[in-house]
Amino acid sequence: MDILSEYWDQLISAFWMTIKLTALSAVGALVLGTILAAMRVSPIPVARWIGTAYVTIFRNTPLTLIIIFCSFGLYQTMGVSLAPENSPTFLVDNNIRLAILGLSVYTAAFVCESLRAGINTVHVGQAEAGRSLGLTFAQNLRLIVLPQAFRSVIAPLGSVLIALTKNSTIASVIGVAEASLLMKSMIENEAAIFVVGGIFALGFVILTLPMGLLFGYLGKRLEVAR
Amino acid sequence: MRAEPTLLYDVPGPKARNLYRLLSVAVAVALGVIGYLVYRALDSKGQLTSEKWSPFTESTSWTTYLLPGIRGTLIAAALSIVLALILGAVLGIARLSDHRVIRSAAGFFVELFRAIPVLILMIFAYQLFADYQVFKAKYLALAAVVTGLTLYNGSVIAEIVRAGIKSLPKGQTEAAKALGMRKSMIMRTILLPQAVTAMLPALISQMVVALKDSALGYLIGYVEVVRSGQQLGSFYGNYLPALLVVAAIMIVLNSALTLLATRVEKRLRTGRRGRAAVVPTAVPVTAVPGMDLTGNEPEVRG
Repeated sequence: MDILSEYWDQLISAFWMTIKLTALSAVGALVLGTILAAMRVSPIPVARWIGTAYVTIFRNTPLTLIIIFCSFGLYQTMGVSLAPENSPTFLVDNNIRLAILGLSVYTAAFVCESLRAGINTVHVGQAEAGRSLGLTFAQNLRLIVLPQAFRSVIAPLGSVLIALTKNSTIASVIGVAEASLLMKSMIENEAAIFVVGGIFALGFVILTLPMGLLFGYLGKRLEVAR
Repeated sequence: MRAEPTLLYDVPGPKARNLYRLLSVAVAVALGVIGYLVYRALDSKGQLTSEKWSPFTESTSWTTYLLPGIRGTLIAAALSIVLALILGAVLGIARLSDHRVIRSAAGFFVELFRAIPVLILMIFAYQLFADYQVFKAKYLALAAVVTGLTLYNGSVIAEIVRAGIKSLPKGQTEAAKALGMRKSMIMRTILLPQAVTAMLPALISQMVVALKDSALGYLIGYVEVVRSGQQLGSFYGNYLPALLVVAAIMIVLNSALTLLATRVEKRLRTGRRGRAAVVPTAVPVTAVPGMDLTGNEPEVRG
């Protein structure tokens, strides 16, 4: 218990960073994933190809590689920086934002696939009715199909979010101070690996378990009755 | 897949076809502009010179860096896939046990290891093995990677196995019982062989996850393909090309496995239907193939 009180502040800030990474990447991935899903079902062949290529590339590349690329490739080689260069916390901020970028582009591929599966579950008659009312492709997607598709993919999107929470630990590869980085230093410095391991295991169970329950409940609650 | 476009838009007439063509050109032009900007940026940073890319045409950079890395990735992935299959089969069957203690113990194990990030498992296993000197120092990182991947993927596979067995019609068990078979015999000779058919696609996409996740070994110092690419990059001073090449290698490896998965699935869907006595409904590859299955999402559709 000494460990817990000694490291309490660090634990809180590390897990808060995990939550921040997850939340911000989730927003980014949702936006990008929705656009990609729209492209993949659009009538324009070139847009469909781009969507397919994106999903194939990012789904098959390890996240570790993507995040390392964001740091080594984008920042160090290409000089892309996502934070004001002259601020005192430039390196920290920049790494956090690069990690969020990496997590977002990776997760977007999975969001896109979930959404596309969801669009396929919407009854054909819905879109047909929309079309016969004279709605264009964009209107049809926005007003008729996507609202129903989103409701049917709440549970799958929930598991994507849980996976994202767990994947955010990989941000430690470019030195973002989140849970796994703290765990690494704690487990090396303290002679109590089972206590340290237990703390972090419990931390992630606390983060992911309610998420799973909530999304399961929401998925059932908001299911489109057919 | 092909029926899907007609859901959202009509078969295009001449006007719409022209419009689509126009939009196609517009998107292609936008893509070209982005491509050109990326090219300009790369060029201005000197990333397209032959010095940056020539290391990949020399055999030494492959034999010293990339090939050992690929071997590391494949060894870790293969070991953890085999071990995870064994662990998954044991846990999955244990979750269907008649004894409540075994059932809930297996359930707890499965839920726990699906909730913990693989990286956390690896860091823990690494320190555990180091403290108690379970493995030689040389194999420490490999052992930690394999342990982490096995525990996580084994738990996911346990859920797949459970869903596969539950998807079989009840009559199979009942008929076997009526013939006087013991529980273990029913499982071994009746249920498992049939369930494997339903599980195979989901199992193979879990193997893709294991292969991809072996890159996590980077963080605990295991030499796999990402690490070797990064070392190559620092040796030749060409991080960006090196990482792109590694990405291409991983995409090829994973696509090959995915292709195998779709092949197998197709064969099982079409080929077996005529002959097999029972066709179990395919186990849903929960929502997103390739993504880690997590939480309490995989609902067993029996």
